[in-house]
Amino acid sequence: MPKVVTDIICPFCGTLCDDIECTVSDDNKTILSVKNACAIGAEKFNHQKLPGRVTRPRMRQADGSFKEVSYDEAIDWTAKMLVASKKTLMYGWASTSCQAMSIGHEIAEKVGGIVDNCATVCHGSSLIAIEDVGVPSCTLGEVKNRADRVIFWGCNPAHAHPRHMSRYSIFPRGFFTVKGHKGRKIYVVDCRYTDTAKCADTFIQVQQGYDYELLNAFRTAARGESLPDTVGGVPKEKIYEVVAELKEGRFGIIFFGMGLTHTMGRNHNIDIAINLTRDMNDFTKFSIMAMRGHWNVTGSGQVLGWQYGFPYAVDLSRRDQARHQTGETTSVDLLVRNEVEACFYIATDPGAHFPVDAMISSSKKPTVTVDPHINCTTEISDIHIPVAMVGVETGGCAYRMDNVPIETRKVVDAPEGMLTDEELLTRINKRVDELMAAGGA
Amino acid sequence: MNTVTMNVNKIPELYFECENVNPDTFAGKKAAEIAALKGYQGKKISTLGEYFTITGDAGATAADTKIVINGDCTKMKYIGAKMSAGEVVVNSSTDMYTGSWMTGGKLLIKGNVHSFCGLAMKGGEFTVEGNAGNYLGAAYRGDWRGMSGGVLRVKGNAGSDVATFMIGGELIVEGDVDIHIGTHMEGGKIIVKGNANRRVGGQMVKGEIYVFGNINVMMPGYKYKDEVDLEVDGTKAKFIEYIGDLGERHPKKKGEMVYGKLYMKK
Ligand code: SF4
Repeated sequence: MPKVVTDIICPFCGTLCDDIECTVSDDNKTILSVKNACAIGAEKFNHQKLPGRVTRPRMRQADGSFKEVSYDEAIDWTAKMLVASKKTLMYGWASTSCQAMSIGHEIAEKVGGIVDNCATVCHGSSLIAIEDVGVPSCTLGEVKNRADRVIFWGCNPAHAHPRHMSRYSIFPRGFFTVKGHKGRKIYVVDCRYTDTAKCADTFIQVQQGYDYELLNAFRTAARGESLPDTVGGVPKEKIYEVVAELKEGRFGIIFFGMGLTHTMGRNHNIDIAINLTRDMNDFTKFSIMAMRGHWNVTGSGQVLGWQYGFPYAVDLSRRDQARHQTGETTSVDLLVRNEVEACFYIATDPGAHFPVDAMISSSKKPTVTVDPHINCTTEISDIHIPVAMVGVETGGCAYRMDNVPIETRKVVDAPEGMLTDEELLTRINKRVDELMAAGGA
Repeated sequence: MNTVTMNVNKIPELYFECENVNPDTFAGKKAAEIAALKGYQGKKISTLGEYFTITGDAGATAADTKIVINGDCTKMKYIGAKMSAGEVVVNSSTDMYTGSWMTGGKLLIKGNVHSFCGLAMKGGEFTVEGNAGNYLGAAYRGDWRGMSGGVLRVKGNAGSDVATFMIGGELIVEGDVDIHIGTHMEGGKIIVKGNANRRVGGQMVKGEIYVFGNINVMMPGYKYKDEVDLEVDGTKAKFIEYIGDLGERHPKKKGEMVYGKLYMKK
């Protein structure tokens, strides 16, 4: 009899929905159906049973083809690469558990690695802004129960975080928000009329690249100072009107995404948005939150922050100190400047997301990719080590976009004999110890 | 003053961290002792002697020591960083952190410098004959104290994020600058003799910015104040004075609000 597993955490996006139900086959090997998840979340669970899954490590041969090798061989090759390299980029981590990360960091400390996560091409600029000016934030629960002024700035949850709006930000009825959508005023600021904008009471179309100026205008208006007639294509009357409405709210929240973090000015856009949030707290209660993408990218920042004081791009290459400089110790810069000798990728796909120049540089270096599936990066790696899917075939801790830790659950068994990230990293760590004891660098 | 001459004899495989290349560390050392000082490339520790041929002994103190570097230094980081006295002349371009955290002395780069140079500079004279990258004279990541003293002059252009969180000193760019100059500035003086792209003085609290050329887009938080005759870095001219950033907090002095000042040459 197929059984139903309830209260599963969805390991796809930073919303980390915790109400997924799966029907699982008798032998505990196949997910038969998925309930409650959005389309992209359900797809993640369905991947588990895709035909043609790689279940053993593959090593590239001289003719460019891949040959299956044992886990032992792959682990030995990886450990030797890490020990030999003067500086290694250890990038990814956003789709694995915090437990696996901590083992990875232990390896990085020993071999002089630079640990970087997907924030580097995503919300890294938000993290810089937070380093510069701090952040007044809250949990998604508070948003659901209290927020009556909700701003989506440069983000489109309708597509990127599909259940965010129904679970937390627009539609749900909460303790102090009994009227649900009707009791909230929704604002969308974007250069395009997005599907999220369709749910908005007020859509503000900002000229591309003028977010910083518009946020500056909001702050200037909040202080009652004069403004030019239009800012970034938005008439000043509109700016004064919106600011007045925000001040009248009981609890406001700004959600922001790539439209702020990866348009002109990057961290400065977030910096000034945080400062607007701070200003609004002179009148009411206001918070701001990054719409984090990968389900556990927040966790990587948490673990790195807790261990080394920096949330991404942590340079441990000197082995006695942790350093961090966006523009220097960030993956793309390291690759483009040829500042590393080897690459270790885990739980992400830089081949699909990094600039071409960075990946051309990467393809010329010894590279190991650890990922449950074949992806763009595995195809330019020397070794691809498949592992169990975290959150589906093994559990582990993850952090939601509001920095709330949630323990993910195992739903089905991984294919026979397949290692988890934690098991694999533990064995690489042990092999590194052996090589170093035997006189490796 | 004693002169130590360093000739690059090997290009580093990665980037070489030259945090020991400054008059303070060299002071009181013979050429051979200087050659034995450490340099870093990730976990590989080498000596300066592996990458430079070093001649001449240093003076007894930093103030008595001059360092002249010849050869390609584009892959050398931290040259002249944290120096407090003496002189360093580099006949090449250099990489990141050149002259960062310097508190005194003279540093001359006869080429370009990369990003993060002159970070949190406190004193001394730092001159770049070519162009500078991003974050010139800015604060270190997460710090709220950028350049606070000394004179930093770039004869070419500079990148973006120049003088973020600047609190004192004087920074002159004789060419153009890119976006975000003087962001979060709380003191000091910036002079741009060419054009500034956009976002000049965003979130500025106090201090002065002079722009001789054009600003592509003005920040909405700036307000026209007056026209004034001024002499700026040897140039006498009429300037239009703006105050701002009106969206930012401002301190009060003797009951009067203190604003950041932006002067544009007429
Ligand atoms: S919104 Fe995100 S976490 Fe929730 S089901 Fe969809 S992909 Fe999964």
